[in-house]
Amino acid sequence: MAASSLASRAVASLSPSISTGASRDDAGSSSVVGFHKRSSAFTGRRVRISSGHGSSAAHGRRSCVVAATAAPVKESPPKIADIELVTREEGLELYEDMILGRCFEDMCAQMYYRSKMFGFVHLYNGQEAVSTGFVKALKKDDYICSTYRDHVHALSKGVPARQVMSELFGKATGCCRGQGGSMHMFSKEHRLLGGFAFIGEGIPVATGAAFNTKYSREVLKDLSVDAVTLAFFGDGTCNNGQFFECLNMAALWKLPIVYVVENNLWAIGMDHFRATSVPEIWKKGEAFGMPGVHVDGMDVLKVREVAKEAIARARRGDGPTLVECETYRYRGHSLADPDELRKPEQKNKYAVRDPIAAFKKYLLENGLASEADLKAIEKKIDEIVEDAVEFADASPLPPRSQLLENVFADPRGFGIGPDGKYRCEDPAFTAGTAEV
Amino acid sequence: MFPGIVRSSSRHLPCRRSLMTVRDALNSAIDEEMAADPKVFVMGEEVGEYQGAYKVTKGLLQKYGPDRVLDTPITEAGFTGIGVGAAFQGLKPIVEFMTFNFAMQAIDHIINSAAKTYYMSGGQIAVPIVFRGPNGAAAGVGAQHSQCFAAWYGSCPGLKVVTPYSAEDARGLLKAAIRDPDPVVFLENELLYGENFPVSSQVRDPNFTLPIGKAKVEREGTDVTITAFSKMVGFALKAADELAKDGIKAEVINLRSIRPLDRETINASVRKTYRLVAVEEGWPQHGVCAEVCASVQEETFDYLDAPIERISGADIPMPYAANLERLALPQIEDIVRAAKRACYRSK
Repeated sequence: MAASSLASRAVASLSPSISTGASRDDAGSSSVVGFHKRSSAFTGRRVRISSGHGSSAAHGRRSCVVAATAAPVKESPPKIADIELVTREEGLELYEDMILGRCFEDMCAQMYYRSKMFGFVHLYNGQEAVSTGFVKALKKDDYICSTYRDHVHALSKGVPARQVMSELFGKATGCCRGQGGSMHMFSKEHRLLGGFAFIGEGIPVATGAAFNTKYSREVLKDLSVDAVTLAFFGDGTCNNGQFFECLNMAALWKLPIVYVVENNLWAIGMDHFRATSVPEIWKKGEAFGMPGVHVDGMDVLKVREVAKEAIARARRGDGPTLVECETYRYRGHSLADPDELRKPEQKNKYAVRDPIAAFKKYLLENGLASEADLKAIEKKIDEIVEDAVEFADASPLPPRSQLLENVFADPRGFGIGPDGKYRCEDPAFTAGTAEV
Repeated sequence: MFPGIVRSSSRHLPCRRSLMTVRDALNSAIDEEMAADPKVFVMGEEVGEYQGAYKVTKGLLQKYGPDRVLDTPITEAGFTGIGVGAAFQGLKPIVEFMTFNFAMQAIDHIINSAAKTYYMSGGQIAVPIVFRGPNGAAAGVGAQHSQCFAAWYGSCPGLKVVTPYSAEDARGLLKAAIRDPDPVVFLENELLYGENFPVSSQVRDPNFTLPIGKAKVEREGTDVTITAFSKMVGFALKAADELAKDGIKAEVINLRSIRPLDRETINASVRKTYRLVAVEEGWPQHGVCAEVCASVQEETFDYLDAPIERISGADIPMPYAANLERLALPQIEDIVRAAKRACYRSK
């Protein structure tokens, strides 16, 4: 079945000029469980995302592909046994972030069924490797933009669990003062651009943030701005016009953005293969002149490798990358979804590939952490999430006076003049100059 | 003051078998029209295998097959345009939007390809299409899922816009919309889908339709006219019950149709009661109530004994917090207060 052939591919293409994905590395198929240094296709290999081979814009298509080279980019190929994909510190950070995501979402489900949160709530269980793998490779100034499945993206980016939980409870201490809700998480401080209900809507917004970086550097001549943007969205979104429009413009203008597709194979009840004429989403990057990569989204280290490379590429000014992460959501589309259409065989297939369990195994087997370390982290996260719930519970509802606030940034109109007063209060300003 | 014996259709409790939910009313209407006319087909997200995001199209895929009940990818602009194009050639699509908020991605086709084409083509190409889906606020779904689009679509010539309230409205108006040769925007309400309404055997008849462009007087009265549509009709009826306790007999008009707006019924009612309270859930500026007020002001000014009262949703994007959301939408108390003000009875 097509789904399993997607699962067996770790990288999009091995050929520099044609990205058919035809020549697949068999070692990649063992990426399923067991992050073994030897068996993972990524181990000992550097993924090099290269741009076209010297063809100018005047020539037809530039072949931008991801080429997984047999030898790393560095001069002397190191021995496989020497390669550390991750240090102990980094490993624990990644583990903690994934556990936070999982634990938080589980708590959301409990709270929803206790009517503490309401409306539409979309949980991220199963997809943690994508958020952690990508967001933890960013700098603080980088931007992310998401869809309604945004709680974990917010947490990975650094929005405190208390603020996210409060927002979900609709309290005044939420990250959006209770006005946004589950689907509309924003944080100026943490560069989280939302939280959008319409899929596809976040992609142009993210592309605009990337445009901001380019504009700041090239027009405003501010070279201190080097923010990269990540756009997260799903498989269903990739059939939407806005996706294609933005791929085109991002490649055209070489915007510093990475488009991250969280392909969990389902758009509510619509199977990806029923909705899409060419189901390999990574292939669509090439149509617009950017590398298209496919990665196993249940393997946080693989995601991280691809993420680092794509982010570095964007930061260098080489333009966008399209990354398709094959992943799965363990729960329904939302807490209101009966989830009747997904077959148990498929669910079980992905349940054994739980990214957290797999990474835990990796850390233990490679001596990067002990059971005690990991238990301590789990306990710490439990406490953080419990504290977040208590904080949210104890927080006040927004006051009535807040109802009409935040509609405009400048409610009176005309802005504020150099003397610090509202311009609309200056009669000379509001009268205008035209003589009638 | 004796409140008197009040009879309203919502209070009357008939036996169980003559009740019908709005959801079943819509489902049966689509089912019957698809059975009667092979040119009718359904298109939208999750309408088939998922049985409908709100289960309105439940069972239709099983009955009519995937060629007539089409699950689309998430691409409103694309599939709406395809529907309009199919209608140009005489097919009769029913395009479902999961909510009308998502129709904003397709509004170009609703207005420019569907509404304007009969005019632009000089009467050559009619567009017998129905755009339907939930409209307005639900419960706690946030700013991007709660907008009411009645005013926007209602301002566009070339479109017919209907807003059913009861199961009878839903059945009759949807059948009429499907049979109508012009584009119809059919604005449902998610919170009404599960509500039961009494229906007569006439309503259950496969040929039952209601005229588009005619309002219904849900409750007769003599002291003040309250106009409303969709979910607000229920609120207005409850407000009328409250007002009756204070001796104010309110006449409640269920607009049913935003375009064409039944100005005659509204004005005839105000000529009887001399006072008007117009209610809607959507935003105030340029809302449906603004049009109702303008119409009454133009045609029935001399009869008015009090300024017209207008109740609408708050002029803000819909907040998520439950208490703020409640404040942002008209409540029964608001309608009662406005009616009393119109009757010069407020404390």
